Amino acid sequence: MSDVAAAPQAIDAPERSLWTDVWFQFRHHRGAMVGVVVFAVIVFLVVFGPSIWRIDPSRIDVKARNAWPSIVHPMGTDNIGRDLFAQVLQGGRVSLAVGVTAMLIALFLGTFVGVLAGYFRRLDGPLMRVTDLFLALPLLPLLLVIIMLFRDTLRGMFGPETGIFLLIVFIIGITSWMNTARIVRGDVLALKEREFVLAAKSVGAPARRIVTRHILPNVLSPILVSATLGIASAIITESALSFLGLGFPPDFPTWGRLLFDGANFITLTPARVIWPGLAISLTVLSINFIGDGLRDAFDPRIRGR
Amino acid sequence: MFAYTLRRLLFAIPTLLVISFIIFALLDLSPGDPTANLPLTIPAEVREQIRVSLGLGEPFHIRYLKWLDQFFVNEPLSLIEDMTGWQFGDGNRLRVISWQTRSPVVDLIRERLPQTLWVVGLAYLVGVLIAVPIGVISAYRQYSWFDQIGTFVSMIGFSVPTFFMGLLLIVIFSVKLQWLPTIYDTNLRVTDLHTFWLQVKQMIMPVTVLALFNASQISRYMRASMLDNLSQDYVRTARAKGLRERSVVLIHVLRNSLIPVVTVIALGVPTIFGGAIITEQIFRVNGLGQLLITGIQGADLPLVQTLTFIFAVLIVLFNLIADVLYGILDPRIRYE
Repeated sequence: MSDVAAAPQAIDAPERSLWTDVWFQFRHHRGAMVGVVVFAVIVFLVVFGPSIWRIDPSRIDVKARNAWPSIVHPMGTDNIGRDLFAQVLQGGRVSLAVGVTAMLIALFLGTFVGVLAGYFRRLDGPLMRVTDLFLALPLLPLLLVIIMLFRDTLRGMFGPETGIFLLIVFIIGITSWMNTARIVRGDVLALKEREFVLAAKSVGAPARRIVTRHILPNVLSPILVSATLGIASAIITESALSFLGLGFPPDFPTWGRLLFDGANFITLTPARVIWPGLAISLTVLSINFIGDGLRDAFDPRIRGR
Repeated sequence: MFAYTLRRLLFAIPTLLVISFIIFALLDLSPGDPTANLPLTIPAEVREQIRVSLGLGEPFHIRYLKWLDQFFVNEPLSLIEDMTGWQFGDGNRLRVISWQTRSPVVDLIRERLPQTLWVVGLAYLVGVLIAVPIGVISAYRQYSWFDQIGTFVSMIGFSVPTFFMGLLLIVIFSVKLQWLPTIYDTNLRVTDLHTFWLQVKQMIMPVTVLALFNASQISRYMRASMLDNLSQDYVRTARAKGLRERSVVLIHVLRNSLIPVVTVIALGVPTIFGGAIITEQIFRVNGLGQLLITGIQGADLPLVQTLTFIFAVLIVLFNLIADVLYGILDPRIRYE
């Protein structure tokens, strides 16, 4: 941004919005750009992979069981001869779907609580107490307990796969909104004292309109950053639950479930552990790098340099 | 400072009560029946008597209050009796009994605690000891190769889930190289140099996994905090008055940057008990986390309730410690 001083003369210069500045800064974060590429490749493989690699992930081929990686089975097979590559692709769909959906729930809840607490002084105290309370809950044990208690009920209501998907997404969502709420509240508290909010108030705009038109667009950047980190932590939490045997049912592959099933065959076919684990790690790593890059790009102190 | 501590302490009590209620109510909704695994030949009225003998006959609020009484009065008293040999009353108190093993839950926890403390505690200590110097050097030489590698490694340690890291280490060091055992043997008694070496060998992998994870998180905070402080005016002043670079960095900057990091370290202590559930499961360490998992799988409600609540108490306690520490270390933020 060395052209700042020259800006008054250069009237014909293209218009620069916040987003072009952010993109400009983001492009210079090497890790974040690598993260974007890796994440895009993973999403592409997971979304279109099963229609390119046309082996059914649940097809049992006992003759080819416990196979090491080969051309027929690029990642080998499991103990009843199912193709691991197809399972990893299929499992990625579930893991990413859980990550994104749980993140959306957490983001919605966090933004909602954060905006309410920041904008309405009367709600600030009670809502922040609730946030503190949630932060003091031992989350992993509670998640395990909740799944144990409600698994069978939800399975009965929605079928084994949809039921457990809804349960996992919902409980991850309602236990990971607190950080977003705190960050959003802090930003809203600062924003609502600004002149443009005062101006909107003085022309008689109702609170709902001020929040949606003037406050929300301005807290979008912290929300985006916590969205990326939210996907990463939701994917890890889901895999951890599956890894402890309390996630998705067997024969329904997710990355965590594959890892859990493969752990018992670690001496026989280490590939069964390595590939799903690598998939989780690469996804989370790339998302975390993207989050880092976004945070730097949105930070005006860094963007100036 | 005393008033501040007292106020924080008083805030902690309602929080704990609400959490205990949430945990108790949640588990009480459980459809799990402790008599479900008994033989079907037991007649219905006997079955009902068994349920009453387990304390399930009474309404919800009575059971909740009784549980609170057990948890906050009876168990601590029994614990003190066991440790000191004193007697309080007739020693015939109602204790929290595990449905699976029929022994008091607190005794089970005392059996498991040493393993967890050894493995998890040591890992946390190692993690902190690695993280602080790495964070300091990374920040002092920002954008150097050390910083680049350090940031990248901590990003990996932070992103790769502990269960994958653990399995990866098992594949490399136990399956391929056969250097280290995969299973943690609790019966091992350290009597001589050889058993000590065995103990060290079986602790290497779990401690490494947890230490790497903790170190990568703490070193990120340490680096950020050092960077914030290195550009402050007082650093320029310290340099301008001719202090050696060593004392500028290690005394002036480090002490100020450690303030937020110390609270992060304190806040992280209870989460390692929760996070260690996974590591204990991988390496078959029979600690608290494994106790919780077996309790959940066996629908052993008293055990799960008590353990979950202990985790909650730890979180509230260390939140309190972090707040008070911050107040002691940084007088600017005290709300007097």
